[in-house]
Amino acid sequence: MTPGLAFWLPLAGSILIAFTGRHPNIRETVTLITAGLLAAMVFSLLPDVLAGGRPEASLGELLPGVPLRFVVEPLGMLYAGIASTLWIVNSIYSIGYMRGNREKHQTRFYVCFAISIAAAIGIAFSGNLLTLFLCYEMLTLSTYPLVAHKGDADTLASARVYLGILLATSIGLFLPAIIWTYVAAGTLDFTQGGILAGEVQGPLLGLLLALYVFGIGKAAVMPVHRWLPAAMVAPTPVSALLHAVAVVKAGVFTVVKVIVYIFGIDHLFSEPSSSWLVYAAAFTIIVASVVALRQTNLKRMLAYSTVGQLSYVVLAAAVLKPLSEVGAAVHIVAHAFGKITLFFAAGAIYTASKKTEIAELAGIGRRMPFTMAAFTIGALSMIGVPPTGGFVSKWYILAGAFQADNYTAIFTIIASTVLNAAYFLPIVYAAWLMPETSPGTKEHGEAPWPAVLALCVTALLTLLFFLFNQPVIDLEMQIVTPILRSNP
Amino acid sequence: MTLASQLPALQVVVPLLTAPIAAAMRPRDLAWLVTCAASLTAFAIAVALTAGALQGPADTSLRYDMGGWPAPFGIALVIDSLSALVLLVITGSSTLALLAGRRAMALDIEPHRQPLFYAAWLTALAGLCGITITGDAFNIFVFMEISSLATYVIIAAGPERRALTSVFKYLITGTVGATFYLIGVGLIYMMTGTLNLEDMELRIAEAPSRGPVLAAAGFITVGLALKAAVFPLHVWLPNAYAYAPHTVTAFIAACSTKVALYVLLRFDFMVLQANLPEHAAQFAGYLLPLALAGILFGSSVALFETHLKRLLGYSSIAQIGYIVLGAAMLDRAGLTAATLHMFNHALAKGTLFLAVIALGLRLGQANLNLSNLWGVGRAMPWTMGAFTVAAASLVGIPGTAGFISKWYLVSAALQQGPWAVVLVGVILISSLLAVAYLWRVLEPAFFADSPATLSEPIAHQSWAPLVILWLAAAANVYFGLAPQLPVELASRAAAILTAGHGAAELLP
Repeated sequence: MTPGLAFWLPLAGSILIAFTGRHPNIRETVTLITAGLLAAMVFSLLPDVLAGGRPEASLGELLPGVPLRFVVEPLGMLYAGIASTLWIVNSIYSIGYMRGNREKHQTRFYVCFAISIAAAIGIAFSGNLLTLFLCYEMLTLSTYPLVAHKGDADTLASARVYLGILLATSIGLFLPAIIWTYVAAGTLDFTQGGILAGEVQGPLLGLLLALYVFGIGKAAVMPVHRWLPAAMVAPTPVSALLHAVAVVKAGVFTVVKVIVYIFGIDHLFSEPSSSWLVYAAAFTIIVASVVALRQTNLKRMLAYSTVGQLSYVVLAAAVLKPLSEVGAAVHIVAHAFGKITLFFAAGAIYTASKKTEIAELAGIGRRMPFTMAAFTIGALSMIGVPPTGGFVSKWYILAGAFQADNYTAIFTIIASTVLNAAYFLPIVYAAWLMPETSPGTKEHGEAPWPAVLALCVTALLTLLFFLFNQPVIDLEMQIVTPILRSNP
Repeated sequence: MTLASQLPALQVVVPLLTAPIAAAMRPRDLAWLVTCAASLTAFAIAVALTAGALQGPADTSLRYDMGGWPAPFGIALVIDSLSALVLLVITGSSTLALLAGRRAMALDIEPHRQPLFYAAWLTALAGLCGITITGDAFNIFVFMEISSLATYVIIAAGPERRALTSVFKYLITGTVGATFYLIGVGLIYMMTGTLNLEDMELRIAEAPSRGPVLAAAGFITVGLALKAAVFPLHVWLPNAYAYAPHTVTAFIAACSTKVALYVLLRFDFMVLQANLPEHAAQFAGYLLPLALAGILFGSSVALFETHLKRLLGYSSIAQIGYIVLGAAMLDRAGLTAATLHMFNHALAKGTLFLAVIALGLRLGQANLNLSNLWGVGRAMPWTMGAFTVAAASLVGIPGTAGFISKWYLVSAALQQGPWAVVLVGVILISSLLAVAYLWRVLEPAFFADSPATLSEPIAHQSWAPLVILWLAAAANVYFGLAPQLPVELASRAAAILTAGHGAAELLP
């Protein structure tokens, strides 16, 4: 029953948060306790899953043959683990940020946040595509008030883009893909080896894959990526947890899950009509990096960097080799730690100095040493330099690409690494080594301590992930073990 | 002669006989109370009949001979899964609207007219139940006239004078529709000598000439399509919805067009389909393009509509298109989707109009332009919260009832061969248009600043509309997560429709 409880817990928390809204301290305590309990609950499932168990919880039958069901498998375990861990850190950061900036409607913010986390856990543990779709839409709708938080005309316009693209892709492409799968295969269960082998072949398979990849708008494969820069109007904690971890990872997680458990790696690999996906992902990586290079606003640059990094996961999944699937899963973790650190840093800079533009950051390292040290670690992880987590995932993705002799993938990763360095390193250089030039500088130090604490924790996690990644690798090897056994 | 065996007759008799009692009631609140009691009783009877229809094999139908005269000589009442589903919709929406609308109706209608208004309401309810439950073609016409005349009266009670012109339009169209239906039934009676639907099905095959029967099929289909507001025969609908009292809109928007569609399905599939060669193709050939056009037309017009109730009215035209689309697929999957959507759309649209009742109480009955709704989400979070849930259901967001019918409709459309892509495309485009037109209501409601008038404290906060509204909204979610009941009813109904009565034993 634990997977079901893990889904209901944040929802129950959101109700409590709503009722304690008049007393901010109690409200924040409720958030932190809920987050702590959730993480404990999620990690209590880990030993069982590592041992090969698949804890289940059923919520009743929705359509004939398609129950609402939670099943914990390695990929979902990983995603739920990151989301629930980082929710704790992010809640601490939120308290510092929201109070530091005197934001309005803080109760609505925490309520919607808890609902979004419930949706993310639901996505992680969903046992079939319909349960996943239900939680996916729940995530879209519950994050809308967070993106539109400020409520002014610009914010609403961006929030409309956000909601419009995510709903249009999910209703217009994702839903028909699911129904098509159901009509063809008669089931929607996530099954080892896929359910479509022998049901859908040839060019139609490529078309179905396209419906999935572009229908899962949260994965931000170009050209359906525009909602992500639009979502940057949200308060930074939202950008940090949701648009670097929960929401965007829900997208790529779903793509990987669909490729592994619905299509089946072997089935896709044997169909030439699926090969376009590598090129689509490669295109997104390169173009997003070039666009990021030209951004002047820090959060928008980070958003385009996220678009590119998400497509690393899609690219790794599209290489369709066991090691690259592991690389895809590992990159979900590595990027989560690195990118949330970068967003935390961007938010801390804004809270302390109200600076949002890259050009204003010269010399800021001396005023905010902890923040910029964390930023540097995050940036190195994005580039993939050891000793950061980004190096580990790149290693596995490249190993998988060599297994498949996929030179497009290899070239893309190398080119993108160069581009990543080109847009991150100048910021790091300027922040530490150049004198402050920006006019209107006011005296400021670090952001409020909860924010600094949070970003130091995530920076540390980025470093630790380089050293202690074995449990994650072991966990994710489980999804490819049957394939490795059949054709070593 | 136990009471239980008389339930089919009581379904019509209870509201019909309570109507004069309601008319005689002084003081006026008593009239409301009596009406609610009658409507609630009718709902309970419908629930009991549904339970009966769900027992036994899929094509179970209960028969009741009026006055003990056996069919085809007397009038037979027929309760199967299809009619049970429609009865649930009719009596349920009437009851919820009455319970939620007490204050609104007290404000809308002059005090001395209220008992008569409630009498007309009950007559309309009796007429709609009668259409649904009877197995006799002429009896359907009689009840159709009863319900229509009573509906005109309760719509005309609307607070603005424009209610009169819109009801006049409805009256003319409705009368033309009923007359067409009567001409059709007359032609068939001429050829077969019977008015009982089941008897008719068996005897049409022996009709001496086919011409009049074909003409009858045309008259009946067009007449009922007028009543059901199938595009392009929809012109009466938006204004009739808009200028009726909000409570009346909540009632008729949920069920009156569905009842006409129900008769259309019954006549076309159970009487004509089995007997007229090519009828299937003709039915689908005309109605499928009209359904597609109606879906796109209704949604697009709603996108530019500035009055909330008219916007919801045009959305209904699109949603009626979904039901007709499902029916025009002619197979069991399509009919399941169509029947299911009757139920789910009634749920979603009924809830939206219940929210309109609450909005009207706060904003003033006539102030329902979209610009009046700015900031209303902050002043009335509970009302707009329920509105949002119902809107999600109308769009088909998973977890709500609307998603279930969309799922069935798209899966049915995917089995339509080469046309599947077009059908699925239209359904999904229309869903996205629905997101857009509902967003025009919701975004300013929640994010715009509320006008000063809304921040004034209210003298009489009444909780009844809110409680009922949330009950309906919760039903949208409940039937989105546990859709077994409507799905079972709809799939049984589709089995009955596709089998035809005589061919029931051919079912697998």
